Amino acid sequence: MSTADWQALSLTLQLAGVTTLVLLLLGLPLAWWLARSPSRWAVVAESVVALPLVLPPTVLGFYMLVLLGPQGAVGGTLQRLGLPHLAFTFTGLVIASTIYSLPFMVQPLKDAFAAVGQRMTDVAATLRAGPWDAFFSVVLPLSRRGLLSAITLTFAHTLGEFGVVLMVGGNIPGSTRVLSIAIYDHAEALNYAAAHRLSLLLLVASFAMLLAVYAVNRRRALVKP
Amino acid sequence: MIEAHFKVAYPGFALDAEFSVPARGVTALFGRSGSGKTTLLRCIAGLQRAPQGRFALGGEVWQDDQVFVPTHRRPIGVVFQEASLFPHLDARGNLDYGRRRIAPAERRVALEQAIELLGIAPLLHRRVDALSGGERQRVAIARALAVSPRLLLMDEPLAALDAEAKAAILPYLDRLHEALTLPIVYVSHALDEVARLADHLVLLDAGRVIASGPLGETLSRLDLPLRLGDDAGVVLDAHVGERNAQWHLARLDLAGGGALWARDHGVPLGQRVRVRVLARDVSLARTQLAGSSIVNQLCGEVEAIADDAHPGLALVRMRVGSAALIARLTRHSVHTLQLAPGQPVWAQVKSVALMESLT
Repeated sequence: MSTADWQALSLTLQLAGVTTLVLLLLGLPLAWWLARSPSRWAVVAESVVALPLVLPPTVLGFYMLVLLGPQGAVGGTLQRLGLPHLAFTFTGLVIASTIYSLPFMVQPLKDAFAAVGQRMTDVAATLRAGPWDAFFSVVLPLSRRGLLSAITLTFAHTLGEFGVVLMVGGNIPGSTRVLSIAIYDHAEALNYAAAHRLSLLLLVASFAMLLAVYAVNRRRALVKP
Repeated sequence: MIEAHFKVAYPGFALDAEFSVPARGVTALFGRSGSGKTTLLRCIAGLQRAPQGRFALGGEVWQDDQVFVPTHRRPIGVVFQEASLFPHLDARGNLDYGRRRIAPAERRVALEQAIELLGIAPLLHRRVDALSGGERQRVAIARALAVSPRLLLMDEPLAALDAEAKAAILPYLDRLHEALTLPIVYVSHALDEVARLADHLVLLDAGRVIASGPLGETLSRLDLPLRLGDDAGVVLDAHVGERNAQWHLARLDLAGGGALWARDHGVPLGQRVRVRVLARDVSLARTQLAGSSIVNQLCGEVEAIADDAHPGLALVRMRVGSAALIARLTRHSVHTLQLAPGQPVWAQVKSVALMESLT
């Protein structure tokens, strides 16, 4: 693999890692709220969270570009404050990926939290556990499978994103040129051997991650009657 | 005292329940399903927030217009209807969960005592899903005791168990009742459990308290709007006065005077027991009967006569010493015997249910 390809691989892993971490911090409280809130706004929020599943990535990427770019609400504000706008930057990519992969974090977590049920948190409260304590000592341990799925799916999904990255990040080596873009470049340049190497790498890595998650979940499911 | 008054309303259901009972022994919240007993218990626990409510234990207010103590700060233990053990912990981990969260100074119930009372020592290292329904409930009860509660709340703890598991766990509840001074609020729709365990009775119907008081007294009331049907009857305190080995019978001397013979279940002489006599098992006569197969005949006087659910039936309360019996008779019999308050009568008791080992 060429240095450029190695750079793309490293950048892709960084992007997926940071995005997963950010989504974990955002997704835990959001999924908990969606699972437990009686508010009618929860159903609206749930639909918004699911939007990236159905929207073409280019649509999402386009809006993100407009928003983060020098003329956009976010990018423009940053520029007026003397900061750089976020289009074609790594930070911009992280923000776009976070939104793009949001459903992959939130939905498995929400389902897992909903499955834990009110009863378990009631019991924890009667055993002197406050709400935070109960969340970390009962809800999270009982949601292990959902948590594992959410993290893996988010990571794997971010690894493979293309449309959003292309729109928001462009193709700047070392900054926004991730694996999927590199593959596209190789293919366009008819360098099929290089495209093969990277594609196979993504394919095997994605399969291995999913295999690990499903194997663990299946084993746990079989142990518990 | 345990003082409670809660108002909860949601579409199709309204609870407006008020009661006040001594903070000792077992208080049963009894009523049909849908009468609001579980909602009332959840309000007491603070798990359900009644917009208008007041609760105090021994004068300490947990909820009123100004105060709402959240569940995790209330000194309660709760046993739920279904197995509510944490599946990610073993039995021991479940016991320790609550215990670790209270200050050492508050640990009045020794963990060993709870383990011993419920007989769960051999189960401690088992996974929760390797326990039977009855074992899970015993662990759940021990777990609730391990937080040294000042009030134990039990929401139909036996309802999800089959008859065999229920029979196996009842003696543990008897022991609990004997060994601890802890007040218990026990929700049930099974009158046999209530008759066996409760000291006080709070009767609920359609979200309202329709009667409340000491068990024996409340059960002997004829004016309860809640028809107990075939369950109508009284509970009497007694002790084993004699055991007849030849006929396998035990004489139960009633605390209020008089005695009843029952099958001898091996309860030791002198042991205090409860006796349940159902109204349908009692018939009345103007004189003592000779040549009857019924050995149990008690002399007393008619105190009150009331309508029963069926227009052909009546309930008659008679006083025997300081206790009361209820008899279910046909209106025709009441008329023929010319029964009226103050009249001396003999009661024949066809069947006596002995409930063991309550002290």
